[in-house]
Amino acid sequence: MTFLSLTEQDREQMLETIGVDSIDELFEQIPVGVRLGRALELEPALSEPELVAHLNELASRNIDTGREVSFLGAGIYDHYVPAVVDAVLARGEFLTAYTPYQPEMSQGVLQAIFEYQTAICELTGMDVSNASGYDGTTVAADACYLARQATGRSKVVLTESLNPQVRQVVKTYAPGFGLDVVEVPHRDGTTDPDELRAAAGEAACVIFQQPNFFGCLEPAPDLAAAANDAGALPVAHVDPVSLGVLEAPGVYGCALAIGEGQSAGNYQSYGGPHYGFLAARSEFIRRMPGRISGETVDSEGRRGFVLTLQTREQHIRREKATSNITTNQTLLALAGLVHLSWLGPQGLRELGETCLALSRYAKERLSEAGLELVFPEKATFKEFAVRVGRPAKDAISDARAAGIHPGYALGRDYAGLDDALLVAVTEKRTTAEIDSLVEVLAA
Amino acid sequence: MKLVYEKSRPGRRASSLPRPEVPAAEVPEELRRASPPRLPEISEPELVRHFTALADRTFGVDTGFYPLGSCTMKHNPRVNERVVNLPGFRDLHPLQEEDASQGALELMWRLQEILAEIVGLPAVSLQPAAGSQGELTGLLLMRAYFADRGEGDQRREIVIPDTAHGTNPASVTMAGYKLVDVKTDPRGNVDVDDLRGKVGPQTAGLMLTNPSTLGLFDEGIEEITRIFHEAGALMYYDGANLNAICGISRPGDFGFDIVHFNLHKTFSQPHGGGGPGGGPIAVRERLEPYLPVPAVVREGEAFRLDYGRPKTIGKVRGFCGPFGVFVRSYAYIRSYGPALREMSEVAVLNANYLLARLKDTYEAPFDRLCMHEFVLSGRKLKREHGVTTLDVAKRLMDYGFHPPTIYFPLIVPEALMIEPTETEAKETLDAFADAMLTIAREAAGQPELLKEAPHVRPVKRLDEVRAAKQPVVRYRFEQHEDPQGAGEPRQLEAQKGA
Ligand SMILES: Cc1ncc(COP(=O)(O)O)c(C=O)c1O
Repeated sequence: MTFLSLTEQDREQMLETIGVDSIDELFEQIPVGVRLGRALELEPALSEPELVAHLNELASRNIDTGREVSFLGAGIYDHYVPAVVDAVLARGEFLTAYTPYQPEMSQGVLQAIFEYQTAICELTGMDVSNASGYDGTTVAADACYLARQATGRSKVVLTESLNPQVRQVVKTYAPGFGLDVVEVPHRDGTTDPDELRAAAGEAACVIFQQPNFFGCLEPAPDLAAAANDAGALPVAHVDPVSLGVLEAPGVYGCALAIGEGQSAGNYQSYGGPHYGFLAARSEFIRRMPGRISGETVDSEGRRGFVLTLQTREQHIRREKATSNITTNQTLLALAGLVHLSWLGPQGLRELGETCLALSRYAKERLSEAGLELVFPEKATFKEFAVRVGRPAKDAISDARAAGIHPGYALGRDYAGLDDALLVAVTEKRTTAEIDSLVEVLAA
Repeated sequence: MKLVYEKSRPGRRASSLPRPEVPAAEVPEELRRASPPRLPEISEPELVRHFTALADRTFGVDTGFYPLGSCTMKHNPRVNERVVNLPGFRDLHPLQEEDASQGALELMWRLQEILAEIVGLPAVSLQPAAGSQGELTGLLLMRAYFADRGEGDQRREIVIPDTAHGTNPASVTMAGYKLVDVKTDPRGNVDVDDLRGKVGPQTAGLMLTNPSTLGLFDEGIEEITRIFHEAGALMYYDGANLNAICGISRPGDFGFDIVHFNLHKTFSQPHGGGGPGGGPIAVRERLEPYLPVPAVVREGEAFRLDYGRPKTIGKVRGFCGPFGVFVRSYAYIRSYGPALREMSEVAVLNANYLLARLKDTYEAPFDRLCMHEFVLSGRKLKREHGVTTLDVAKRLMDYGFHPPTIYFPLIVPEALMIEPTETEAKETLDAFADAMLTIAREAAGQPELLKEAPHVRPVKRLDEVRAAKQPVVRYRFEQHEDPQGAGEPRQLEAQKGA
């Protein structure tokens, strides 16, 4: 099956207009020595029904969260995605447009980005947001680059309780940025502000996560203050759906707020595509990476929106740009905007309260059943760590045999936690499902 | 049109959520949110109308012809949307155990094999999220490779032609390398004499787009390869223009060591108003040890994720990359099979047809056949009638077309970069060519028609200078000032597109 529109007759007429005899002649500019000279070795073409059957077969060999009760989180969550999100994303105008370079053609996308930026600023307490980054890991690298340019310092500090993949991405980018990376260990599941303050001397920024990778609530205002004391920019990596119940990073003194947007409006999709968000205080507006939509007027005084502050960007500034990002994640960010609009402030708070209440219920039931919480003294949001009294991977296979995925094996990233599971409880889980989890883990 | 926030009314909502019968849990007071975020309070009917109205004010490939050069705005098959939404893909957690994600792993493995065959390089990482991230990943691979050979301090320079996309130089800086620019010769190829003087033991590599952003295949590619290989440097291929050469020529066969793909261009991931994209990279054997982790590998009949790469540069993105993009691109390639060659042939045919129809009226800076796109100059219209390329672009909107990329590549004055793609019908190409020719006549007879264009869009020209000078980048609720006054529509004659 191809998606071409030319008939044989069209082709002949077109070749005649061009003044060549064959399509091959069009390719004569390619030196003979570098032509392939054979057909690509690819499997034969599929018709549409055959293609659907083939992909159905592949999909059927995955156990999705509709086929297993899932307590897996660790950065990607099984939250509910409302039907209006699907409806909006199916609109061909949004789906098949590109970056709104020509604002008169793209007022809808530009306004949606402006509304998205506003939603992210409201959630995080910041003044400016970009139109999206790739995901929750790359925005952390973006924040480091911004901080390096803004402070002239060449070290960044990451907390050990920050998502391991986020840390790994920052470390991958760091040599190119000329940055050293220092990590501050956790103390019983959270970060000690004094230790952070000591490490933050001469640092460009400090990145911590709230709630952190273990699900624990960090003393975030104290961590931000510790960074500020050392002249390092405090950067909070936050979960958007927690921000109806947890304080906004802008309120407690952060310079930037970043995060993985998937919780708000995106399906799990085996890890992507999702969107990363990056928001900052206004003083950093001209150092932001990526697209930004701004308000202006047209020649008749009507409000309209354009891509703005473009002299930051690669297509104008080239090697002096604040980032190389071009294609971003606008469609996924649009899903985020629709989801957040569907929730509203009341829905967002209820969602947070439900996650809090259900995960507390799960913690209590597991404790009653004799399991030990890894960090029992620490407050959590929707995720927590629990010891299962044997290698976590064994607990996972037993639970899965009973149709439950009980969570993520923390020993994959942290020494000494081979018997610990990271359990995520979203608003989609029921008390009955939690009871079954307790039953299989206690067995 | 009102913002969603301006439609908000206290007490309205669209959402309904489960409220389980369990005791409430509180956040410790010092961490608790003091005042709620001002998200819109809106009912579902109002919400749907709002976003429908925004969609109506947006032009996509579904709406009409979108010849945005360097962006490959082809049709996005709807079957791809169907398969990406199968629950087995859509609702799969990325940390699901390997035995319970065999379908996803197999799909990625198959896509890797296909991409390797298309560019003629053996090892693929699907992880980078877009072309520019593929570039940065490729440059970090070069760093790791030369560091390993003890040449890290010696090889500090990356050579890039002056036609390159802005992401190339931006990626060079982010990778900590030094940029060296090389000129373009009068036929639109890399100036090989200039190049010779700039490549040596200090060179880490070349970044090249081929066909170039001029839409021309570099006729001296074999000589360029020789120069870099003799210098012991690596060659990076920016695959943004791969739509021209699938099944016809392979960068791996003509000497490139690292290639990135833009799955959202060549392989039809919808562009989504700016993204998502996918930027996998393919590399030669000697670079494979440095690729990001995890790798997707096959063992007998099973597939698994391999983290065992001691020399890896690490990770550039979460998990295995943008999986949903892989599903769509895999489906797209399986639809074509070996007929991908025909896809490229028709892309090149369509471009040459438009070029033939337009080159006597607009100036073609190079008198050659083109590949999948071409660049015209509006210089003559400007000189003779004072009409700019920006004016031509805005006037095209009145004829129902999305403008091409303009003011890029930078070496062509008043550039119009036109990429029709293979999916367009001849009637569409003719209608566009007719509009371009009409506009050239209008420029002579009624230039104000162009200068005041567009006439039929929801807004007229917008004041870009004001937007940048007094940035308003979020709604400010009670404090938000209505933008006042008829702005002089000061627009930037700068790159729009690509
Ligand atoms: C020639 C060229 N190189 C690189 C890129 C960057 O790719 P991406 O937008 O996927 O990051 C683009 C397009 O944007 C391009 O046209």
